[in-house]
Amino acid sequence: MFYREAGQFKTSYKADQAVFPIFQDRVFVAIWLLIGFVVVPMLANEYVFRAIFIPVIIMALAAIGLNLLVGYCGQVSLGSGAFMAVGAYAAYNFMIRIPELNPLICFLLGGLSATVVGVIFGIPSLRIKGFYLAVATLALQFFTDWTFSRIDWFTNYTPSGSIAVQPVAVWGFIFDSPIRKYFLCLTVLLIFTIIAKNLVRGRIGRAWMATRDMDVAAEIIGIRPIYAKLSAFAVSSFFIGVAGALWAFVHLGSWEPLAFDINLSFSILFMVIIGGLGSIVGGMLGATFITLLPLFLNQLPIWLGINMSTAMVSHLEYMIFGALIIFFLAVEPLGLARIWQITKEKLRLWPFPH
Amino acid sequence: MGFFVEVLLSGLMAGVLYSLVALGFVLIFKASGVFNFAQGAMVLFAALTFVRLLDILKDSFAPITLSLIITIAMMVMLAMAIERLVLRPLVNQPGISLFMATLGIAYFLDGFGQTLWGSDIYTLDIGIPKGSIFILESVFDGGILVAKEDLVATVIAGLLVVTLAIFFQKTRIGRALRAVADDHQAAQSIGIPLNYIWVIVWTVAGLVALVAGVIWGSKLGVQFSLSLIALKALPVLILGGFESVLGAIVGGLIIGAGEKLSEIYIGPYVGGGIEYWFAYMLALGFLMFRPQGLFGEVHIDRV
Repeated sequence: MFYREAGQFKTSYKADQAVFPIFQDRVFVAIWLLIGFVVVPMLANEYVFRAIFIPVIIMALAAIGLNLLVGYCGQVSLGSGAFMAVGAYAAYNFMIRIPELNPLICFLLGGLSATVVGVIFGIPSLRIKGFYLAVATLALQFFTDWTFSRIDWFTNYTPSGSIAVQPVAVWGFIFDSPIRKYFLCLTVLLIFTIIAKNLVRGRIGRAWMATRDMDVAAEIIGIRPIYAKLSAFAVSSFFIGVAGALWAFVHLGSWEPLAFDINLSFSILFMVIIGGLGSIVGGMLGATFITLLPLFLNQLPIWLGINMSTAMVSHLEYMIFGALIIFFLAVEPLGLARIWQITKEKLRLWPFPH
Repeated sequence: MGFFVEVLLSGLMAGVLYSLVALGFVLIFKASGVFNFAQGAMVLFAALTFVRLLDILKDSFAPITLSLIITIAMMVMLAMAIERLVLRPLVNQPGISLFMATLGIAYFLDGFGQTLWGSDIYTLDIGIPKGSIFILESVFDGGILVAKEDLVATVIAGLLVVTLAIFFQKTRIGRALRAVADDHQAAQSIGIPLNYIWVIVWTVAGLVALVAGVIWGSKLGVQFSLSLIALKALPVLILGGFESVLGAIVGGLIIGAGEKLSEIYIGPYVGGGIEYWFAYMLALGFLMFRPQGLFGEVHIDRV
């Protein structure tokens, strides 16, 4: 009843190709933006920003990036933690070696470094597919783990191997309080989401999807697999690299190579799957879900008044996590994004049966 | 020269253990096309169950036998549960979904095993001799130092491989397994029950995991890091090919030897610790030339 496009006629090509052709969708997005930029900053406190909003936003960026590769181009990657690490360490090195550089430029340069690494490690995807590729991307994960913990140049010879950074300052404006960090991250996410959304609607995105659905057929209709696959690797690792730089500089503040280990890769992959493969909004939903779940599970025994050791809680967390993933795959293989889509379909008819 | 052979031998023996883990992957991949990421978690779960049962039953008349039997029963139940709760609902899903599901299984098992049995480091002693001996003293000056437990592990692994080979080639169930591996539909149409076969395959993989877990466990102690051994076995798989038992063994030996030799002879020049990634890079470089691995099958796509 409220979500119905009846009567909304498209009278120009421009209207037909709009990102949100339906009026209600535009209203909905506007409301979300309003909530994100106005309501949340008014209501939330420091803890909520630090523990929930900032990590969710940065992880959403990473998940969208990985989704471009896995969900749209069909190339499974288990190396997103490595791309985040490359983004973070590259941004750090640019920042300390060229101090006059604007930090935001450093983040982008970090993303570009991740792009270079991504393209190099994407080359095997031209020869190998599926699980072989998934395992091959693990090579990158282990290689970066080793590189950043053993080669001291990358950590600027800090004796402990961990890096601590100052709050990001852009043109004299210091992003030190959680609310400022929140605005920074949200703006970055917004810009990158718009880029991603338009990429996947356009020629490149269609080439990716064709490659995903059947690479041989895609090649026959004139899509060059080398461009399709490597561009997916490049764009995806750029997104993930920027997310990595934000994660390190804005969220963590100080970190060591272990912060970007294989578990991070897996959790980003889970975000993509649970959120929904091949969906931009899915990346956000998945990131929200996976980030909030451990917080929720940690709080649950306290709410229920059960006394549990932290080890027990973390083991139970593993179990619930694993069970939920299997559950989602069995019940809704297309993830939260699909549930959202079904809801919209239902809303279209509601409250009438037909 | 003696030192080189010593390093090579210790590498090969470590490689045997990688092969054991890789074998579990290959069995499941062959029979059901599932890339089972949970193999490492199964190794940990089996070893934990075994070591804790051994502790509980230490006053009974035959602790090792009893705990072995109970552990095997647990692995069978695990296989049945996986078939019923994971594989059956996900039938006809793309391979990638099944792979994700096994990631889920891995997480679940890691948590479940440690909830059930605790997460300390347990020492496992089932009478495998410890210490080192010198062999081949007549050939090399001063002989070659090998660890007795590595020798025992190699023998056990060899026996396991022979048993598996006989099981696959000679028995009725083995033949059914090979038929399913070749072609699911054809196997089903001649009356081989797929669900039952999957349970058997996962059971066999569970038993291989148990053997691997017991050997690794008595070497390193039973602890969470056993679960990470699976990650070490992955390059073995891509080197040897996902579908080949022989590939798992040869790949394991190559990776094991390559890792140790590179650590000794290349490691010092680049800061050490390269065995952490060397196997992956080796496998990755190899894939560029032979994407299906050493003994893997070449798939021809039809449009």
